[in-house]
Amino acid sequence: MTIQFNKETFRDDYSFKNSDWAIQRFPFPFHEDSYMYSVNMEQHRGGPAGSVYEKRFDVDEHYISEMEDRAMVLADDPLRCQSLPHMTLAGWDLLELIMVSKSEDYPDLFELHREGDIWRWINKPMGIDDTFTFLDETTLPYGPMEYITRQTQGDFCVLDQRDDNLWMDAGMVTTQADWSLDFDIGMNFFEWHAPVPLAHEKGIFKRALKFLLNIQQGAPARRLNWTMTVNPLLDTSPENYHKWGIQKTTLTPENIGAKQHLRVELQSFFRLPRSNALVFPIRCYLIAFQDIVKSPKWGRRLHRVIRDLPEELATYKGFIDNRPMMLDFLSKYDDGLPTSPGVFPDNETEPALQK
Amino acid sequence: MSAAPQRAKAGAEKIEVIVSAVLPLNDLVTRFEFKRKDGNRFPTFSAGAHTVVHMRDGDRQRLNPYSLMSDPADTETYAISVRRDDEGRGGSLFMHNNVKVGDAMEITYPVNLFSLDLRAKKHVFLAGGIGITPFMAMIAQLERSSDSWELHYSVRTEALGTYVDQLVSKYPNKVRIYYDDQSQSINLENLLDGQPLGTNVYVCGPKGMIDWVHKTAAAAGWPDANVHSEEFTAPQPGKEFQVRLCRSEKTITVGENESLLEAMEREGVDAPFLCRGGACGQCETNVVSSDGEFIHRDHWLEPDEHGNKIMPCVSRFIGKSLEIDR
Ligand code: HEM
Ligand code: FES
Repeated sequence: MTIQFNKETFRDDYSFKNSDWAIQRFPFPFHEDSYMYSVNMEQHRGGPAGSVYEKRFDVDEHYISEMEDRAMVLADDPLRCQSLPHMTLAGWDLLELIMVSKSEDYPDLFELHREGDIWRWINKPMGIDDTFTFLDETTLPYGPMEYITRQTQGDFCVLDQRDDNLWMDAGMVTTQADWSLDFDIGMNFFEWHAPVPLAHEKGIFKRALKFLLNIQQGAPARRLNWTMTVNPLLDTSPENYHKWGIQKTTLTPENIGAKQHLRVELQSFFRLPRSNALVFPIRCYLIAFQDIVKSPKWGRRLHRVIRDLPEELATYKGFIDNRPMMLDFLSKYDDGLPTSPGVFPDNETEPALQK
Repeated sequence: MSAAPQRAKAGAEKIEVIVSAVLPLNDLVTRFEFKRKDGNRFPTFSAGAHTVVHMRDGDRQRLNPYSLMSDPADTETYAISVRRDDEGRGGSLFMHNNVKVGDAMEITYPVNLFSLDLRAKKHVFLAGGIGITPFMAMIAQLERSSDSWELHYSVRTEALGTYVDQLVSKYPNKVRIYYDDQSQSINLENLLDGQPLGTNVYVCGPKGMIDWVHKTAAAAGWPDANVHSEEFTAPQPGKEFQVRLCRSEKTITVGENESLLEAMEREGVDAPFLCRGGACGQCETNVVSSDGEFIHRDHWLEPDEHGNKIMPCVSRFIGKSLEIDR
């Protein structure tokens, strides 16, 4: 399949939109009609054909525009990309992982040619054709992590593993849900998760960390996380809260279907070979409420999940004030019929809306 | 449940290989080299990593972990060195007696439980006997990145000094050899005393040597985090056992090299799972009755649940009888 790349923006006039293809394959995060934090991790070794789970690094119609948005964020704030000195090798590991994966998974878009340490990388969608020496930083325009993550959708945290913990010692973070790399850099797994409500008490982080420390090369894992964003903004960082926080008050019953977006992160975990670090790609997918409710099952379920979500979670995720308005909108798409298990829309088998 | 759970095999992925060289190094140690069967490159590994070699010995399958000792930069060939252990469980004897150039074998993706701390200003390696193998890869990696290291290598006799000649001729100023039969031994107190701040020490050798290094370093005030030792966790599989699945009304046998979860799947029993690594809680199963001992390997159950629950993705059982609610 060849991908038609959209020309669109995630700021100012917000021309971002999802095609029918993108809506159909959206990673809807709820497998049942309620939601609570859990150790929701599974192996990342493929998934249904065409789904966002199929490839190691999903490439979709937003690729080019997301990379343009990242370049703009970095131009304004270079601290969104940081790497402590001992993480350079992990950066090369990440560059290799992405180049090898993308050239194998999307041979029509990406090519990698290796002659010993001389590597040639061709990124057709972005018009890049570079030859460089592997492990020699002077032959690339940026450090290895920055170079490759300027060409790959999603944020990246590169975690050093030592003393039975993970340390956020490098990252490229421009599409985050209200947390800051500059603040978290050098922190460990428990420290950067400190603000999350309820999950510590439930023992989720303790178990999740043990699992992550055991992740082995060739056996990546993944999980989904989600939140809400008004307007299709990629960069909802604390650094820019003054710009986007205020937009949450612009929601009205008339514009909510178009403006309110469900924001889903497909998070994956890969062991890196030379450095033994762990990389944590956080791929953000946005979808407008009006597009979600095109699938009757998703409309019914989203209403029930948002209605019954514990207050602590709605507060932490930053939509407690807008929840009543969301529920007014979503309730129109919930006729009380049961929903099929699992995340997929099942449009062929689920009954149409009965109201 | 999460998005699209995949029924992939737990643990490390396997790679099919062809034995490309068998090189006896001395009376006890032989080097084996592998190429990939599909002609592709091997995954890159980090120095200190091991691979688990699968051996088909008649109708038994043996799984032995060996340190990868080739240059991590070389993805064409993997190499291991195997010391013949006449008293061990037989894996090393099988390698020495049965494995020939051209044989097809399976090995796992590399797993690293003994990695370099890349923040270290200097790396000091202490090897005893066949414990030299992970350091061969570490040295190659550090030479490439021009990092500072030294090796203290204790061997029984000159004739049994695996890779001694090669190491001494290539790195005469960084390698020191100690011969047991000439009553030479590493003077650890002195050695630790002279090290610059930010030095990390790595030991691989017999258990007694590892304990001695940890104890001596601790007594000299070294932080535990700066002293690393290779610890092979026993390969995941265990003894065969039988289990009664009372809801499915089946009695099944869990083989040596599969998990209880995999055995249930093989028998067509629909058992829930997600992570297949003992963390997510999805596969939690009630124990109806048991007479024997559980081997709990999960991160999920609390100690007070250990008598009446089991996580089939990682945990096992030894004993007379086990009945679970599945
Ligand atoms: C090593 C990889 C991981 C990194 C780098 C990471 C990073 C983060 C960060 C930066 C936050 C935002 C915290 C804040 O408010 O400042 C967060 C939130 C969270 N993380 Fe992680 N995380 C990782 C793995 C996991 C895993 C494995 C789990 C659970 C199984 C998990 C569960 C959560 C939850 C539940 C939240 C709250 C999210 C929300 O409600 O929107 N994280 N994580
Ligand atoms: S499948 Fe996750 S704990 Fe067993």
